Amino acid sequence: MHTEAGTTLETHTDIRETKVFSRVGMWLFILSEILIFGGLFLLYAMYRAKHPADFHAGSLELSRFDGTLNTIILLTSSLTAALAVFATQAQNKPKLAAWYLRATIACGLAFLVVKTFEWGAKFEHGLYPRAAVLDARPHGEILYFGLYFTMTGLHALHVIIGMVALSFVLAWVSQNKITQQRSAILENGVLYWHLVDVIWIFLFPLFYLIS
Amino acid sequence: MTHNQAHQLRYLGIWLGLVALTVLTVTTASLNVGRIGIIIVLAIAATKSTMVLLWFMHLSTEKRLLLKLLVPIAVCVLAIFIGLTYSDVLTR
Repeated sequence: MHTEAGTTLETHTDIRETKVFSRVGMWLFILSEILIFGGLFLLYAMYRAKHPADFHAGSLELSRFDGTLNTIILLTSSLTAALAVFATQAQNKPKLAAWYLRATIACGLAFLVVKTFEWGAKFEHGLYPRAAVLDARPHGEILYFGLYFTMTGLHALHVIIGMVALSFVLAWVSQNKITQQRSAILENGVLYWHLVDVIWIFLFPLFYLIS
Repeated sequence: MTHNQAHQLRYLGIWLGLVALTVLTVTTASLNVGRIGIIIVLAIAATKSTMVLLWFMHLSTEKRLLLKLLVPIAVCVLAIFIGLTYSDVLTR
């Protein structure tokens, strides 16, 4: 492998291998994220089995409209994220990809704004962990709201991290550091964003639609 | 229609399907179908996440079996964990 042709071949294999490795790494990371939320889903299932009526009552106090709105916002952001990858890899249109990424980040922001109003309304009614109003409620409702704040809070943290990651990706797309040939970071950033959407797809019915 | 346009329309179609399923799940939940309600909304959630994984996250065209099966296996293991624990707590 000392000829020039051999070197080129090796480089090509390296690039292909690197692409596979980056995908393997990302999917392993996604696996670990699923297990983190999986533990919380397990806890949810247990407490719900013990206190079905209290979970029902707690769910009645969430705004189903806000939850549905946020679901549609996240689904839309997933569409624009997927289109950003397509614009880069298939169409080779970095400017279009940048606009799709901006739209995705804007949807993330819209999601957080709705979430802030939702949480704000709960706080105003004294429904937050360790609040006197909440502590006077039945045990199951305390658990329901505890899980609600923990799980949607952890999810919102993921939305924020996803927005930061996609902002870096956007900057690199604008600087031509991410191109049609070198798009692994874009692909992985978008995979992360889809993961955030998938987790919300399960959080939504479990907290908003059980009343 | 070019090849690329067809692909973009497909993404749009998947999104429309996801929104339609969201409307369906909210409607079902408002109908008071009783105890099977939770099963219906969870089945719809499973369908939606499968759609995202297959077509937005491109698992449908993933050639490496390990990557293709990683998440489905993890989800099955979790479902067994959660299902067994749930039935244990329920019947205790």
